[in-house]
Amino acid sequence: MDKMTQLLKLLENTDTIEINDFRMDFDELEIHLMPAVQRMVQQVTKKQAVIAKETLAQLKPFTPPVHNYPGEVAEVQLGAGTRKPVYLGGQKALYRFEEPQPNAPVVTFDVFDIPMPGLPKPIREHFEDVMEHPGEWAKKAVKDYGANMITIHLIGTGPKVMDKTPQQAAQDIEEVLQAVKVPLVIGGSGDPIKDPIILEAAAAAAEGERCLLASANLDLDFRKVAKAAMDYNHAVLSWAITDINMQKTLNKYLMKEGLTQNDIVMDPTTCALGYGVEFSIDVITRTRLAALKGDKDLQMPMSSGTTNAWGSREAWMKKDEWGPTAYRGPIWEIITGLTMMLCGVDIFMMLHPSSVQMLKEIGNTFTKDYLSTDVPDIKNWITELE
Amino acid sequence: MQVTAMEIYRLLPKTNCAKCGEASCMAFATKLSDKETDLELCTQMAANELEKLENLLAPAVREITIGKGSKAMVIGGDEVLYRYELTYYNPTPLVIDLNDNMDDETLKKRVKIIEESEFERTGEKLALDGIALRNISGDKVKFAETASKLKSSKLPLVLCTMDPEAMKAALEKVGDEKPLIYAVTENNLEDMASLAIEYECPLALFVPNNLEKMKELSNILRSKGIKDIVLDPGTYVNNGIGDTLDNFIMIRRLAVEEKDEDFRFPILGIPALTWLYEKDDIQGGIKEATIAATLMNKYADMLIIHGTNIWELIPVLTLRQSIFTDPRKPQMVDPGIYEFGELDEYSAVLMTTNFALTYYTVEGDLKSGKANCYLLVLDTEGRAVDVSLAGGQQSGKSVADLIKESGIEDKVKTRTLIIPGLSAPLSGEIEDECGWEVIVGPRDSSAVPDFILKLKEKQEVK
Repeated sequence: MDKMTQLLKLLENTDTIEINDFRMDFDELEIHLMPAVQRMVQQVTKKQAVIAKETLAQLKPFTPPVHNYPGEVAEVQLGAGTRKPVYLGGQKALYRFEEPQPNAPVVTFDVFDIPMPGLPKPIREHFEDVMEHPGEWAKKAVKDYGANMITIHLIGTGPKVMDKTPQQAAQDIEEVLQAVKVPLVIGGSGDPIKDPIILEAAAAAAEGERCLLASANLDLDFRKVAKAAMDYNHAVLSWAITDINMQKTLNKYLMKEGLTQNDIVMDPTTCALGYGVEFSIDVITRTRLAALKGDKDLQMPMSSGTTNAWGSREAWMKKDEWGPTAYRGPIWEIITGLTMMLCGVDIFMMLHPSSVQMLKEIGNTFTKDYLSTDVPDIKNWITELE
Repeated sequence: MQVTAMEIYRLLPKTNCAKCGEASCMAFATKLSDKETDLELCTQMAANELEKLENLLAPAVREITIGKGSKAMVIGGDEVLYRYELTYYNPTPLVIDLNDNMDDETLKKRVKIIEESEFERTGEKLALDGIALRNISGDKVKFAETASKLKSSKLPLVLCTMDPEAMKAALEKVGDEKPLIYAVTENNLEDMASLAIEYECPLALFVPNNLEKMKELSNILRSKGIKDIVLDPGTYVNNGIGDTLDNFIMIRRLAVEEKDEDFRFPILGIPALTWLYEKDDIQGGIKEATIAATLMNKYADMLIIHGTNIWELIPVLTLRQSIFTDPRKPQMVDPGIYEFGELDEYSAVLMTTNFALTYYTVEGDLKSGKANCYLLVLDTEGRAVDVSLAGGQQSGKSVADLIKESGIEDKVKTRTLIIPGLSAPLSGEIEDECGWEVIVGPRDSSAVPDFILKLKEKQEVK
């Protein structure tokens, strides 16, 4: 091999060559580079240019990726009259680092007008002593477990349950109103014919207290529900089944009846963890993004029927190889609710005290500014962890 | 952001040679855009176009392999911020920690738990993915020895120490298995970076709560030619979870929307830090699962977890299965008759919907309960029992049509249909439409095998 070939061979795998202790004496020098070397030099320069460009491009300092949103989420007040108000929504951005949300997510405890023997054991344990009286039940949820709100489900009005009359429903509402000072969500039994009649009677009984009537949907006389809300100063839960277009249509109808964005909360449907939660993730994410983009028909705060989680067999079914339901159940409810919360949901209907606590802990951080919290030093976690 | 088929098509040879298996270059481009085929299948690419296309097709978040061969996990690879826009790739591996102070027996036991923890759901076996070894002893020899012991395990490794000496000692033993080096920090950058280069291992960059610094260090690592970087912006499990979420979301937004090269890497979350503050096994387990779910929802590409109680892992594994389901694939099975066990003309006939989750749940229960029955699957356009009931896809008429069209009337002599408990409101309507007797079954399909047995006993008594 001649010297040049050797040099080329060396150059094959290198970008630069450093020559030490090199001395050359001359009067006049003419350099002839072989084409291969020439090419190599060109490539190396090109490569260096790319690297330089890349490093340069990245020298710009870190800036938080904050978006500008043309729209914002409406704020809905629940509770008035003798209730201490709670506010939902009001977000002007998707995430906290863009702008913290004005109101922390809210949890409303489920209470029923009948003792509900079907409730899972981990929940019955906490409320067994008060289940005969919805007022006492509500009181315990507020006093012992820090409920922001109470949802009173008038399950007993169902024709196949106890077929309670609208008057009886109104009495139950009065009992709960007397017992607690937090705002109420009022739910029917799920019977499309009777619910509007029951909700109307309940709305009248709670006149001026600004409750959330649950719910208006396309399967029942939503006009009656909307009218009851307007007549007695309440808000309406607009419920669609994981379908953003259905949600839009229903909201439009409700606003045509005279309700405003500030009188409506949406329930896009919470499918439980493992039972379609991903469909709820998609619909809720799209709904909130649409609101921030300026879609007036979807700018209301959102609600989650997180209690659905308890219908999942992983939450309640006794099975030794899955561990105790006492832990599985609450985690199932937490993760279902939490997943919805991270997509933008504002109010959660829940059952288990420790699930509620965990959800609130994370939700409360949503109103704080980025890097405004004292955080512990974790740099030695590898050795500090047991 | 997803690359469109048109952008890809422009760079393809446009010869429609069909050697890739697609009818045309446009069809190939569409599949490439959906990540359903491989660029290598194109045999006619010009070299410069190939390079351009490779860059164009590189995912927003770099895909990184930890481990090798059958002992590997792949992380990252995501293209979008929200799953409905495309799908998420590479389900978040759950890595369980152990440490180098454990005696042989404890170590063996823990490895066994990690390897064998398993939970079956809708026909899929959900399991754990890796082992993180922490250098808690402060002794590099011990760390290296423990790492060697883990060579016999079936799972890929994460080596956790901030001490480059200890890392080097461990890499000498297991470096050829390509473990993840955790972690490079501001203080050990040169040494750890050299080890990552020398052993060609992926490297985790740990910079708690300081994205500015993280960007700077990531840039330095990249300029050294290190490509496989995993970002750990710190996991705070108490009030600091807000900052952690912000950091995770910002990193991913910068990667996907701004193609910021310093952040186009997978993110590592460490819910195990929960146990720095929680000593109670139950409270800690609930909290750790909560933190794991929080981070997985917001872009964690890999998680290190400490608790191994199955009740803690099941919800996290289930969430992973849900989030990483491909929304582009229809979640349904074919409607019609499905057969279970040994059948005759008097076998029970059941009905459910064609939503995949519903179907596989029922199927699992019928099989594990060794039920003998026909299962009629109704086309509800992939909706669950309660949802299709509300939506009208499940009605007396649609069930009657299914009975007629499926040919079940030729297979059994009985005319009795067991419907799901949740379908109870439909029972009268179905009877009116098809003339069959309707029995309302249990609300949960796990009770079906027993229900069928009892029903049979009752009929035999008659």
